[in-house]
Amino acid sequence: MSFLSEALWVLLLGSLLGLELIGKVPPTLHTPLMSGANAISGITIIAALTLVIKAGNQMPLQIIGSVALGFALFNVIGGFLVTDRMLAMFSRKSNRRGSKK
Amino acid sequence: MIVNGELIKYAIDLIAVLLLSLGIKGLSKVRTAREANRLASIAIGLSIIGVFTISFANKEISNSSLVWISIGAAIGGLFGIITAKKVPMTAMPETVALFNGCGGMSSLLVALGVTLFPIDNPNNNFTSEIVENLSIITSIFVGSVTFSGSIVAMAKLQGWLSTPKWTQSKFRHLINIFLAVISLIAAIEIARNGSNAIWLLVFGSTFLGVGVTLSIGGADMPVVISLLNSYSGVAAAAAGFVVGSQLLIVAGAMVGAAGLILTQVMCDGMNRSLISVLFGGTLGSTSTSSDSSGGEYSNITSCSVEECALTLEAAERVIIVPGYGLAVAQAQHTLREVTRAMEAGGIDVKYAIHPVAGRMPGHMNVLLAEADIPYEQLKEMDVINPDFPATDVVLVLGANDVVNPQAKTDTNSPLYGMPVLDVQEARTVFVIKRGMSAGYSGIKNDLFDLPNTSMVFGDAKKVLGDLLVELKELGIGSKN
Repeated sequence: MSFLSEALWVLLLGSLLGLELIGKVPPTLHTPLMSGANAISGITIIAALTLVIKAGNQMPLQIIGSVALGFALFNVIGGFLVTDRMLAMFSRKSNRRGSKK
Repeated sequence: MIVNGELIKYAIDLIAVLLLSLGIKGLSKVRTAREANRLASIAIGLSIIGVFTISFANKEISNSSLVWISIGAAIGGLFGIITAKKVPMTAMPETVALFNGCGGMSSLLVALGVTLFPIDNPNNNFTSEIVENLSIITSIFVGSVTFSGSIVAMAKLQGWLSTPKWTQSKFRHLINIFLAVISLIAAIEIARNGSNAIWLLVFGSTFLGVGVTLSIGGADMPVVISLLNSYSGVAAAAAGFVVGSQLLIVAGAMVGAAGLILTQVMCDGMNRSLISVLFGGTLGSTSTSSDSSGGEYSNITSCSVEECALTLEAAERVIIVPGYGLAVAQAQHTLREVTRAMEAGGIDVKYAIHPVAGRMPGHMNVLLAEADIPYEQLKEMDVINPDFPATDVVLVLGANDVVNPQAKTDTNSPLYGMPVLDVQEARTVFVIKRGMSAGYSGIKNDLFDLPNTSMVFGDAKKVLGDLLVELKELGIGSKN
């Protein structure tokens, strides 16, 4: 039961942290923030990995885990790269502005 | 050795959580956003290393598992990279929806796998049976809804799916309630008697995701995607309970909560409540019953690109109002050329960005940044609204509802109360638009009837291209 009580505390504190972290977001960043948060939610990759590892030599479970891993990694890598692509446009702008002055 | 492996994993997990929170925090500020995104990606990488560390330390990872991990990772990673590099900036909302759906699918598969093939591992006693069942139920339910909802959202944004008529009737509530009840029954059955009803739950929740998303109009889709994004965090946290990972629980909870806040912020920007987005159907369908929104246009002035160019030549201050139509036509680069010419001709050019311009809040800023438009020329609504009376020409490019004066004047209008740009205050308004069709809201735009408004019909990209030619002929910006 100790895992459960710990896990519930973690759930509670994690939720509160999430509520506090995002306060005022400028509209400019709504899209990138959404995309970034989406990439982070691909952390289920940890669950998929654990599943394949714990599967031992059970092939069906390994396959399911592998597919789950593929989906999660698609989410993580794609999500972070796409967010970076969006944000790069903003920072490139400010750099150029800086160098002009 | 075991103790060491576990200690290292704890340390790695702690650092990962710290980086994740810094990442989410930083993503909400322009200056730190890019760094924050990197921090978050490092955090995910670390947490993956953490899993491997403890598995190798405990020697519980088999060779065949390694092979399967490599296969899954290679395929998923490759597709992720390709998608992220290839997708055009205009298609960003549906891309996020696609990624999000895949995250939900992953949580769903993990829970399914654990249920269908119980792991007979002596170390596997981290949860009691009830908790395991509950977390599996949550994971499957939320995972399915996230997956099917996101895919429907993506298909609708891509134009592959339209909104079927029946989804706008009250009938759809019956179907959705029915599906929800099926899911609930299946969930109770699983909780009491184990996994027999698992496919019923998958079926019920998948169709529930479709049913709820299908009735929602394109304008509200960003809010839905943001909400589904929050769900996928919840799904991840539930998967954390299933496999016994505290890191997963904390990260999932953080994304879930942060996603909820972001959804609320977006709703505020669009003057919509979450309830009306989810259960109200599209705006247009609710408005057909009220008379105020109907009616024909009586005083439309249409004009040619040439006239528009002549008026621009005489102007000193010009404000551009970009909208969805500009994004669809991918005309941001052509727009930049036009404004360059105008600036070279000594015309003061600014851009008025409505909070929900484009297809998603903040999407327009990304598109214009892509076309090299200086960030400081982009003005937010509250900043630019006082400037309209002193403006000679406003160019409305494919925007509609965000410039509808009804939102301020007509208390019966469904748009009433939505913050809008006061373009009608300017001396002359040119609306570049493909036709007289209504905007997302399906509501008549009073702006088009005003005497100082002229319509230039055509695809935004083509009209801007023609405009550029006309301006050059008039000698504006030709020195450039």
